[in-house]
Formats: sequence, C-alpha cells, structure tokens
Amino acid sequence: MTLLTELRPVSRLAEAEAAERSSDNETPGAKPATGAAGTPKPIPIVVISTLTVAVILGLWSLASAHELVSPVFLPSPHQVVIATYNLIVTGFVDATLFEHVGASLYRIFGALIASILIGIPAGLAVGTSRIGRGILDPVVEFLRPLPPLAYLPLIIIWIGIGETSKITVIALAMLPSIILSTSAGVRSVSRDHVNAARSLGATPRQVLVQVVLPSAVPSILTGVRIALGAGWTTLVAAELVAATSGIGFMIQSAAQFLVTDVVIAGIVVIALIAILLEYVARLIERRLVPWASHR
Amino acid sequence: MSVLSFRDVSLRYPPRAGLRAANDDRFVLNGINLQVASHELIAIIGRSGSGKTSLLNLAAGFIAPTSGTIAVDDVPIQGPGADRAVVFQDDALYPWLNARDNVAFPLKLNGVSRAARHERAQQLLELVGLGDAGERHIWELSGGMRQRVGIARALAAEPRFLLLDEPLGALDALTRSRMQELLLRVQHRSGAGAVLITHSIDEALILASRVLVLSPHPGRLTAEIEAGFSAEVLAGTPTEKIKASPSFKRLHDALTSLIHSLPNEAAA
Ligand SMILES: Nc1ncnc2c1ncn2[C@@H]1O[C@H](COP(=O)(O)OP(=O)(O)OP(=O)(O)O)[C@@H](O)[C@H]1O
Ligand SMILES: [Mg+2]
Repeated sequence: MTLLTELRPVSRLAEAEAAERSSDNETPGAKPATGAAGTPKPIPIVVISTLTVAVILGLWSLASAHELVSPVFLPSPHQVVIATYNLIVTGFVDATLFEHVGASLYRIFGALIASILIGIPAGLAVGTSRIGRGILDPVVEFLRPLPPLAYLPLIIIWIGIGETSKITVIALAMLPSIILSTSAGVRSVSRDHVNAARSLGATPRQVLVQVVLPSAVPSILTGVRIALGAGWTTLVAAELVAATSGIGFMIQSAAQFLVTDVVIAGIVVIALIAILLEYVARLIERRLVPWASHR
Repeated sequence: MSVLSFRDVSLRYPPRAGLRAANDDRFVLNGINLQVASHELIAIIGRSGSGKTSLLNLAAGFIAPTSGTIAVDDVPIQGPGADRAVVFQDDALYPWLNARDNVAFPLKLNGVSRAARHERAQQLLELVGLGDAGERHIWELSGGMRQRVGIARALAAEPRFLLLDEPLGALDALTRSRMQELLLRVQHRSGAGAVLITHSIDEALILASRVLVLSPHPGRLTAEIEAGFSAEVLAGTPTEKIKASPSFKRLHDALTSLIHSLPNEAAA
C-alpha cells in the first residue's frame, strides 16, 4: 500500500507525458498536403532514370539494327540476352556463368573475412593506443594510395598464382578502409558514454568491449561497405591478369576471341552484383545499427 | 553510513598550448571543503562557468585535483568507481541498448546473471515509473523518461553517492517539478547520499537539506544555507504550497540576492 501512494506522483507524470506524446503525433497528420491544384507535380526521379535507360537501350538497338557499327564490336541487346542465357546454361571457357560468379564471390568474401579479422583489431589499436597508431599509421598510409594492381605482380612472385594470391591482393585493397573506419569510430565515442561506464564500475577492458566497440560499429559497417566496393574493383582487375575462373577471367577470355556479346553480358553482371552487394550491405547496416541515425 | 569529503581541494586545468600563460594560471576551484553524508541530498548552485561540473567531475574521479584530497570514508578516491554513480545532464544512455538493458548495464559489468539482472532492472524501472518501457529504444523516450532511465541505471550500481549534474535542466517546468519529487523519493529510498548541481534556486531549496553556493573565479563555496523543505515534500505536501510559504520565500530571496551579488563571468 505504501508503495502505491509513493508511486502516485510518478503515474501522474506518466499521464502528462502520454498527453504530450499524443499531441506530438497529431502534428504531422494535421499538416495539409502540399502540391495544391495550381502547382504542377514534379516528375519523380525514378521515372527520369528509367527513361534514360530506355533511351540508351533504344539507341543501342538502333545502332546495331542498322549496323552503324560492325556487329563484331557492338552486338544487339537481343544478342546479349541470348549470350547471357547460353552463359547460364552451357557456360563459357569450361564454366557456367554461376560458376564464374561463384569463384569471384568466394574470393571477395574470403578476402572480406580476412580483412575484417585483421582490420578491426588493427583499427582498435590505432584508435585507442598511441603506440598502435605509431606502428600502423605508416603502413596504412603507404598501402592506402597504392593501386592494388601495382603490387599484384609482387604478390604473385611471393605466393604464386593460386587463390591465395588473389585473396591477399583483394584483402590488402580492403584493409585500409576497414582500419581507418574502425579507428575513426573508436575515436568518435562520446566521452560521457565512457565516463558513465567508468562511474558505474567498468574496468578499462569492459569500457572497450561494452562501450567503445558498440559505438564504433556504425563506422565499421560503413568501412566494410567501402571495402566491398574497393575489393570488387580489385577482384575483377586481378582476374583479368591472373586467373583460370571468375567473372573477370570470363570477360578477358571472351575479349581475346572477340566474343563481344559475352564481354557485354559479363560487364552487366559485374555491375548488377556490385549494386546487389551495396544493397545487402545497407540492409545489414539498417538491421544491425538502427540507432545510428538517432544519435 | 558513508561520508564523501573534499579537503582543501583546488583545481587548475593544465595550460593549453596557444593560450597566454596569464590566462592559464587561474584556478577553477580553490579551497573547497565539503562533507556529504549518505542519506543526505545537498545542492550546489552557482553561475555558469563557476566550476560546478568541474567539482562534480572531481567527486566522480574523472579528473584529479591539483591539490587537496577527495575521499570516501577517509579513503582517498583513485578514480571513478561504482560507489559514486553519475547522472549526466545529457542522459549518456547507450543507444544500442534498450531501456532495460541500460538499467541493467552496471549489473552486467558485475557479472550478474541475465535473468537476475532483468528482474532487478525491471524493479528499478518500476521504481521510476517506467515499468512498461523496458523494451523501448532510447530514442523513443522523451527527455524526462530518459532522465528517469539514467537515474535507475545509476541506482542499479548501488552507489553510496549519486552525483547529479543538472539532471533536470533540459525539462519543461511541469515535468521538471514532478521529476524533482520523484528524484527525492528515489534517493531517499535508496539511502544513497546525493550531490545535486542545479541552476534553479527553487529546485535546490525544495530538494536539498543544505544548499551550497559556488562563487566563481576561482570557484569557492562561499555560503551554505540549511533548507528543511525536503521532509515536507516527502511527507506529501504539494510543492506549490511549500513554495508559497513565508519561510521558503525568505530563503529564496536571501539566496537570490546572494547569487546576484557575486561577480559574474563577463565582469571577471
Ligand atoms: N576540460 C577543461 N579544460 C580547461 N578548462 C576547462 C575544462 N572544463 C572546464 N573548464 C573551465 O573551467 C571553468 C568552470 O567550468 P565548469 O564546466 O566546471 O563550469 P559550470 O559551473 O559547470 O558551468 P555551467 O553551469 O555552464 O555548466 C570554466 O571557465 C571552463 O572554461
Ligand atoms: Mg556544468
């Protein structure tokens, strides 16, 4: 009974807040819809973009139908679709499209896992310790501006031409952005958040694991997204130089035999996969750190 | 019973490169002597820049004094610790945890089992009137609700002292006066001592058994006023009635003229 009387002011408070909230909620609904009869509705960007694609495809069809360019150099869109179908069903240079894509994805995700396992601890070291920063800064700064293909030959000399060398090159291309985003995330941790944990009894290790690391997750995920982009670019280039499977290798082989429709199909597939990866990464980001946009 | 004490504490922030030495030489706090017993709530009031937050950060152990000692039961403090839990002005709740897990955070640090800490967190949420908000995200809570979660989180650490840095400063007047009552009841019940920093003379007089005035440049505790109104609040007297009483008005006027007689920041 005493508990009830003691809590009464609290429930009054809750009521006041509930009222406050419901009146808040009415505001957006009460706002009159914009775009009255007088002003013309602007064309949605999606429509403009779709039109652009349609026009490009149309020009392409026209050019190939009238053979403005030799079909060897510019096959028709129709031909490319057929080539894609054949790629899926019978394949090209000893493997179907999915096998090529599978080989490429295996490399990119192998490299991603390796670079995350190395990059996050390294980024934590850079972000939290002066010594870690002193050691790793020059390495990262050296690696970051280098085009990965510049060191690919060296890696091949060292490791050979197998899967390991390709995964290594891709991982090296991914590493800087993961290290830098992790350390930036670590450094952006709120001082109040750290102090709160310390005043609630956290050890330095607990502060790192329970406060610093979670704070850095949004930044790390952004880094992973950038790394995926860099990795994908590097992957295709690496496969052009040294591979016996993969989507880049497929394009390279097709180009050597002037099978232009396969080349174009391969390019479209590369673009689609890149878009898909980016989309999935964003989806994961939104699921994993919904709070990042509410900080 | 525990006592938090400041003995001849002074504080000067380390000089910053680029500033003239003459500016850096000033003490932010000087000659601070202070004793706070558990069960007691004291308020510190002072102008902006007088060093209130610095004083609280010293008590929390976030910074070390330039000279003097800060001790709990005569044992000098060695940095932050769960015996002195802080409630921050900007709540400092963790957005990646929901309300309940925020409250359970100190228990998790202590290795309390999941089930046990959920149960305790739920009790504390009920204590601050948020029994059904445990699953809510932090960003879905209003400012007043967040401060209550922050208070519950601090209580979960079972501190001997609560350090409150203007916890109600960002709230509207109505919510604020209700939160004052809540804060007082919760603190009273927990048995923890409390240091409340505030800009509001009303708030200081209503909640604290003693009100200390911090005068700036350098920060010194220049006045101490006994205020006995918190017992009335706890007994259920409406705060409006207390504020209308002659004895309250007299103390209020005395404090107001005292604070206005202090040099302000611009003049110093
Ligand atoms: N980390 C710091 N480094 C250097 N000087 C500081 C630091 N923190 C505070 N100060 C200075 O110390 C003085 C007191 O600051 P403090 O934040 O303690 O004041 P306050 O009374 O809490 O003010 P407010 O009411 O505005 O919060 C100010 O002049 C401020 O500029
Ligand atoms: Mg302050």
